[in-house]
Amino acid sequence: MNTKKSSASKRALNFLSNSAVPLMFIIIIAICIPISGFSPTFLLNEVMTRLSRNAFLILSLLIPIMAGMGLNFGMTLGAMAAEIALIFVTDWQIWGIPGIVLAMILSIPLSVVLGILCGKILNAAQGREMITSYIISFFMNGVYQLIVLYMMGSLIPILHGSIELPRGYGVRSSVDLTNIRKTLDNLLAINVAGVRIPVATLLIIALMCLIIVWFRRTKLGQDMRAVGQDMEVARDAGINVERTRLISIVISTVLAGIGMVIYLQNMGDMATYSSHSQIGMFCIAALLVGGASVDRASIGNVFLGVILFHTLFILAPSAGAKITGNEVVGEYFRVFVSYGVITVALVMYETRKRRAKARAAQQLKLEQQEGEQ
Amino acid sequence: MSEYVKESERSVGTRVRQALKSFGLPRLIIALFLLLMFVLTPFAGSNLVAQITNVINRFSWNAVLVLAMVPMVHSGCGLNFGLPVGIIAGLLGATCAIEWGFTGPVTFWMAILIATPFALLFGAAYGWLLNKIKGGEMMIATYVGFSVVSFFCMMWLVLPFKKGDIAWGFEGTGLRTTFPLDKYYEGVLSNFLRIQIGRLVIPTGALLFFALLALLIWAFLHTKTGTAMTAVGSNPNFARASGINVDRIRLLSVVMSTWLAAVGILVYEQGFGFVQLYNAPFNMALPAVSAILIGGASANKASITNVIIGTILFQGIVTMTPTVMNGLINLDISEVLRMVVSNGMILYALTRKTEVSR
Amino acid sequence: MPAFVNDLRGWLTRSPSRFLSGSPEREGAGKEKETNMSNLGPLLELKNIRKDFFGNQVLQDINLTLNEGEVLGLVGENGAGKSTLMKILFGMNEIHDTGGYGGDVLLNGSKVNFSSPFDALAAGIGMVHQEFSLIPGFTATENILLNREPMRKSFLSEIFGSRLNTLDRKDMKRRADDAIEKMGVHIEGEMTINEMPVGHKQFTEIARELSKEQLKLLILDEPTAVLAEQEAEALLDSIRGMSARGIAVIFITHRLQEILDVCDKVVVMRDGVLVKDVPASETSVSEITGWMVGRSVGSSATLHREPPETRTILSMRRLWVDMPGELVRDVNLDVREGEILGIGGLAGQGKLGIPNGVMGLYPAGGSVEFDGKSIPLNQPRACLDAQLAFVSEDRRGVGLLLGESMEWNIAFPAMQIRGSFLKSWLGGAIKWRDDKAIEEVTRKYIEDLQIRCTGGRQNVKELSGGNQQKVCLAKAFALEPKFLFVSEPTRGIDVGAKALVLQELTKFNRESGVTIVMISSELEELRQICDRIAIVSGGRIAGILPATSPSEEFGALMVSSVV
Repeated sequence: MNTKKSSASKRALNFLSNSAVPLMFIIIIAICIPISGFSPTFLLNEVMTRLSRNAFLILSLLIPIMAGMGLNFGMTLGAMAAEIALIFVTDWQIWGIPGIVLAMILSIPLSVVLGILCGKILNAAQGREMITSYIISFFMNGVYQLIVLYMMGSLIPILHGSIELPRGYGVRSSVDLTNIRKTLDNLLAINVAGVRIPVATLLIIALMCLIIVWFRRTKLGQDMRAVGQDMEVARDAGINVERTRLISIVISTVLAGIGMVIYLQNMGDMATYSSHSQIGMFCIAALLVGGASVDRASIGNVFLGVILFHTLFILAPSAGAKITGNEVVGEYFRVFVSYGVITVALVMYETRKRRAKARAAQQLKLEQQEGEQ
Repeated sequence: MSEYVKESERSVGTRVRQALKSFGLPRLIIALFLLLMFVLTPFAGSNLVAQITNVINRFSWNAVLVLAMVPMVHSGCGLNFGLPVGIIAGLLGATCAIEWGFTGPVTFWMAILIATPFALLFGAAYGWLLNKIKGGEMMIATYVGFSVVSFFCMMWLVLPFKKGDIAWGFEGTGLRTTFPLDKYYEGVLSNFLRIQIGRLVIPTGALLFFALLALLIWAFLHTKTGTAMTAVGSNPNFARASGINVDRIRLLSVVMSTWLAAVGILVYEQGFGFVQLYNAPFNMALPAVSAILIGGASANKASITNVIIGTILFQGIVTMTPTVMNGLINLDISEVLRMVVSNGMILYALTRKTEVSR
Repeated sequence: MPAFVNDLRGWLTRSPSRFLSGSPEREGAGKEKETNMSNLGPLLELKNIRKDFFGNQVLQDINLTLNEGEVLGLVGENGAGKSTLMKILFGMNEIHDTGGYGGDVLLNGSKVNFSSPFDALAAGIGMVHQEFSLIPGFTATENILLNREPMRKSFLSEIFGSRLNTLDRKDMKRRADDAIEKMGVHIEGEMTINEMPVGHKQFTEIARELSKEQLKLLILDEPTAVLAEQEAEALLDSIRGMSARGIAVIFITHRLQEILDVCDKVVVMRDGVLVKDVPASETSVSEITGWMVGRSVGSSATLHREPPETRTILSMRRLWVDMPGELVRDVNLDVREGEILGIGGLAGQGKLGIPNGVMGLYPAGGSVEFDGKSIPLNQPRACLDAQLAFVSEDRRGVGLLLGESMEWNIAFPAMQIRGSFLKSWLGGAIKWRDDKAIEEVTRKYIEDLQIRCTGGRQNVKELSGGNQQKVCLAKAFALEPKFLFVSEPTRGIDVGAKALVLQELTKFNRESGVTIVMISSELEELRQICDRIAIVSGGRIAGILPATSPSEEFGALMVSSVV
C-alpha cells in the first residue's frame, strides 16, 4: 500500500516536472490576456490562423525525436526546398491550388536529397546531432543563397522578370505569392461564431496526424523507437541503425518542405532569404512549450505548443507596451521566451540524463546497505 | 640511447607527413584559396598593400574574440558557442563607462574595468550551468548565449540609460542600436604607435595588446593550474584520479573565456569605431568558432598558434574575396562563401570522431 | 569461400526480409532441424580449437562434444578462455578482426564458420550475454520479438517495402507468451523493461532466445549472477525444461553448486586449455575448484621471503564501495608496513572496488586509517596528499592522458600533488612548469623501466599496452608514495612486459620500503611476488593466506560466497 501511495505521489511530481513549461505558459497567458485587451474573437481568429499555418511544420519534428536524434534543427533544409519549389511555381505562373500541389510535389525530391545529405552528416556526428544539425542549417543557408542569389537567372533559367533582381540574375528578396495566397486556407473554409476555420488545411493536418499514428505502428516506426532508445541493442538485433536514422531525417525534411508550402501560402508573401532562417527555432520552441522534451514528443505536444506559444506571440507586444510603455519590449520578450524555452528544455534533458545515472548508483547503495543490516 | 636518437631521426619524414595530415585538407584548401586571392589581387585592379593592411586591421579587431575560445577548449568544455555571454558583459562595460561620463581613451580602460565584474559573474553562472550538463555543452552554450542576448535586447530598452550620445532621443529610455565611438575610444589601441608606410598601416597598439593577452594565456597554460586545465580537457577521469577538482577547473576556464570575450568585444569596437547592441552579438560566436577551427584547433585542443593562423585565414577570406571577386568577375559572392566556409569548417570538426572524442 | 560471398550472405541475413514470418530462410532452418532429429551424432563438436591474439595463445586444442538436450557446465577462472571460446562459437567480429581461429566447429556433423552472430543465430545457436541487450522503454513482448516482429501487409508496403508493414500485435503477444511458457518462468509480457526487477530482465533475454524456433543450442553466460536465490532456482528449472525439449545448453557460472545441480557434464578450463571433461555426477565442488586453479608450479620462488611481521600501516573497517559490477560490501582488512599484499578473487566479486573506493574514485563508506590517521573517503586529493598512490586497472580511461606526451603523463600527478617539477616565482604566486626537470625525470624512467618509445615527447596513445602500463607505474613512482595500490598491472600486456612490471614492483617495494597492495585476477602472478594474499568473494574478504599456501585453498576461498 505504502509503495503504491509513494508511486502515485511520484507520478504526480513527475507530471508536474514534465508539464512545468506548459503550466508556466498558461499562467503568463492568463495574466497577459486581460492586459492586452484583445477580444476573444480576435484572439481565437489569430490562434486559428497560426495553428493552421504552423502545425504541419511542427509535426515534421516528431519523427527524428522518435528515432533518438533530438530536435531536428535541420528541418530548415526542407523549408529551403519548399522555397525553391515555390520560386519555380511562381515563375511558371501556376496559381491557386494546382500551384500549391505542384510546389509540394516539387519540394519532395529536393527535400529527399537534402535529407539524405543531412542524415549522412548526422550519422557521422553521433552524440552531437543537435549542434550538428543546427550548423548544417547555417551551412545549407549559404548554399541556398548561392543557388537562389547567383545561379537562378544565370544558370537556372527564370522565365518571368517580376521575381528577378534588376541586375539580371538572382531572385528578389521578396517573392509575391498573392496568386496562391490562402487558396488552400479558403478552400472549404467556414465561419463559426466569427472565427474563420480553414477546413481544408486542418484536414491535411489531421490526415498527417493519422499518418504519424499509423507510422508508429509500422515495422519502421518500431525500429525507429528501438534505435532511439538504444542504438547498440538495436544493432545487435540486426536493425540497420544508420539507415533507420537516415530515413527518419529524410521523412522529417520532406514533411518540413510540405509544411513550409502550407506556411507560405498562408503568409502570401515569401522573404526569399530569411523566411526559413528562424522557422526551425520557432517550431522547436513551440513544440517544447507544448511539453515535449528532446527525447519524447507527441502529437498532443504539437497542438498544445502551437496554441500556447502563438497565443503568447500575439499577446506579447501589446502586453509589453501596456506594461513598459514600449511595444518593442514585447517583441523582444517573445524572442527571449523562444530561446529561453529551448535552453530550459535542453538543460532539463541533460540533467535528467545525469540524474538517471545517479539514481541507478543510489539504488545499488541502498540494496547494499540493506544487505549489511 | 643510440637507438632512441636514431628513431627520432627517422621519424622526421613521418613527422612532416603527420604535420601535413594534422593540418587537414580543408585548412589546406582555405590557405591555398587565400594565397590565390593575394596573387589575383593586382589583376582585380586593387592594391595589394591596401588589402594586406585591411587583413591586418581585421585581425587586430577579431583576434581577442578568437582567443576567448582557448581556455574552454582546453578544459574540455568544447567550442565556446556561448561567446555572446562574455560579449554582453563587455557591452555593459562600454555602455556604463560612457553613461558615467568618461570620455576619450580612458573610457576603454574604464569599460574593461567595469566589464570585469560582470564577466566574472556571468562566467561563474555560465560555468556552473555547464558543469551541470557535462557532455551537452555546445548545444546548451549556443542557446544560453542566445537567451542572454535576447534578454539584454529587452534590458537595453528598459535600463535607465540617459546619456544623449547613446540613448534614444529625449524620452530618455532605451539605447540606440548602434552608436559611434569617435568621442570615446575609437582607435585607442590601433592608433597607439601606429606605423604607416605608404598605404601599409599597421595598428601596432592593437597587435601588442593581443600579444599581451596571448602571452598571458600562454603563460597561464605553463603554470601548475594551466597544466591541470589541459589535463582536465584531455581526460577528466585522469585529472580526478590525480586529485584535481575538475568542476573548479572547468569553472575557471569558463570565467576566463567569458572575460576574454568581454575584452574582445571592446577591442573589436575600438577598431570598428562603433558599438552595436541588440541583435548584433547573435552573430559573433560562429565566426570566432570557425576561425579557431580553421586555424587547426579541434573541439578539445587549441593553441595560440591556432588562434593567430585561424584569424588571419578567416579574416583574410572575409576581406579579400569581396574586392577580388568584384574586381575580377563583378560578382560578390563573398557573403555566401563566408557562410559556406565557416560553417563547413565547424561541420568538418564536429563529424571527425577522433577530433571530438575525449 | 570468397570474401564477397560471405559479405553478400551477411548482408542478406541483415536485411529485414529475413525476419518476415514464413520467409524461405526460416523454413529452411526448420527443415534442417527435422533431418537432424534422425541423425544421432552429436549436436556440436569442437575439434582442436586454437586461438591466439597477436601471438598470445589464449586457446589450445580444445575438444568438446555436446549432444541434443545435454546441459554442459563450463567453469574456469577469468582469463581461462571461456569467453573467447564462446565468441568463436557465436561468430563474433572480435574473432575475425584478430585473425580468426584454428580447428573446426561442427554443427550436426557439418563444418561451420560463422561470419557474424547473425549466422550463428540462423544456425540455431542462441546466447544470453552478461550485459543485457534490451531496449529499456519497450515491453518484454517487444523485446522478445525485437526485429523479428510478425507483421501485416499494408498497401503502402507494396510500394515502399516491408518496413512499412504494420506490426501484428496480437501475434506478437501470442508468440512472446509461447516463449515465456517454454521458459517455464512467468514474466509479465506487457511490462516495460525499465520497470522490471533485474531478474526479469534476464528472463526476458532468455525468452527472446527461446522464441527463435530454430534454437538448438543456448549459451548462458553467468545468468545467475544477477538473480536472487529463488529466481536462480527457477532458472535452473527452466534449464531442465529446455533440456527436456531437446535444446542443448552451455551454462557458464562461478556458482559451482548450480553446475552440479543442473548439468550433465562439467568442463573445466584453465589458461586456455581444457583440463577436465567429466560427468557432473562423478565430481564435487572441491574437485572442480582444484582443477580450476591448478597445482602450483612453484615459479620464481626466488622472490619469496618470510612475510614481514610489522605494524599495521593501513586498515579498512566496514568498507563498502559502489563500483558498478565490482561492489564491495563489508571489507575489514589490515595491511602491514613494507609488505606486498595481494588481493585476488573472481571477476565481479569486488576486488577492484577496494582500491577504487579507498582512493576516492567511486562512492564509498566505512572507515580507512593510514599511518594512524583517518583518511576521508570520496576525496582523491586527500589520499594522494597522504602519500597513497594508485595505478588503475582502467589504463586508458583513468590511468593515462592518451592525447598527451609521456612527459606529461609521468610528471602530472607529482606536479599537482607534490609540487615537483615546478619553479616558484614571485614568492610562490606563480608556479611555473619546469619542462627541463620533467624531461629529465621522464628520461630516467624510460631507461629504468625500459620503455620502448621514440622519446619522452611521444604521445602515449602510440605506445603498446605494456609500455603504457610502464608509464602508469612511472607516474605512480614519481609521486614517491609511501603506499601503492596496483590494480591489474599485467592485464592485456605481453609476457616480457609482464615479468618486468612484476620485477619493478618488487624492486620498488624492497628498495624504497613502499607497502604495495596488488590486485590481480591471476592467482599465479600474485603468488609470485606477494607475501600474503587476500581473497575477495561476494564483496567481502573470504580469507587471507600466505602466498605459499596450496592453490586449492585459494580456489576454495574464491568460490566460498560468490554472488
